[in-house]
Amino acid sequence: MLILTREQRDSLIATCIRALPNEGCGLLLGTPDGVVSDVVASSNVAESTRVYEIDPKVLLRTFRRADEEGVDVLGVFHSHTHSPAYPSPTDVAQAPDPSWHYVLTSFLSIEPDLRSYRIVDGVISEEDVVIRGDTSEVSSR
Amino acid sequence: MSATLRIPTVLRPAVGGQATLEVEGATIGEVLKNVTAQYPSVTGQLLAEDGSLHRFLNVYVNDDDVRYIGGVDAPVKDDDEITLLPAVAGGCH
Repeated sequence: MLILTREQRDSLIATCIRALPNEGCGLLLGTPDGVVSDVVASSNVAESTRVYEIDPKVLLRTFRRADEEGVDVLGVFHSHTHSPAYPSPTDVAQAPDPSWHYVLTSFLSIEPDLRSYRIVDGVISEEDVVIRGDTSEVSSR
Repeated sequence: MSATLRIPTVLRPAVGGQATLEVEGATIGEVLKNVTAQYPSVTGQLLAEDGSLHRFLNVYVNDDDVRYIGGVDAPVKDDDEITLLPAVAGGCH
């Protein structure tokens, strides 16, 4: 399960919208129980509508920040601009860490579709995404 | 030269679970060859067969991405901190 606030979800989607027409991307900081503490935007150094790569400088800075703050790099998010929010063969082949959460947002429809997956030994499993609102919690899957 | 090598989580099982290693070598290429010799399980995960850096590995000396300071020939000095991080990339196809 991945748990983030409404503001964090909006920040994640905004990062991906700003990158259009290219894929957008960034990293998630948080705790091992899946609670996100911050959404870290990255430029897509691949500058592509079909592939993404986190800026290596952002990667180093985020891992160092995680050490300093006593949290983990929980995972990565990126957008699919013309395909569903589901990991592609490239996403699976290049998934760097089986403990990570892989968040995808798709712009196929007007309302961005946001989903989260675990990828372990090439096997994809979708997980719940819980949005912590002020008055209610919303789970999507 | 003796430097500290920070190992990413995914590679730690291949180096006995260690998060950092004390490493020797005057260049990044030498350091990574020495680590591979000491821990054969990392063969192919640090360097490509032609001796270049693995395509999906980011290597930093202190704050510098080694791709911009000489790649495998990037110099390593005493007390440098070398960080390995897997490249984070993907795509829609």
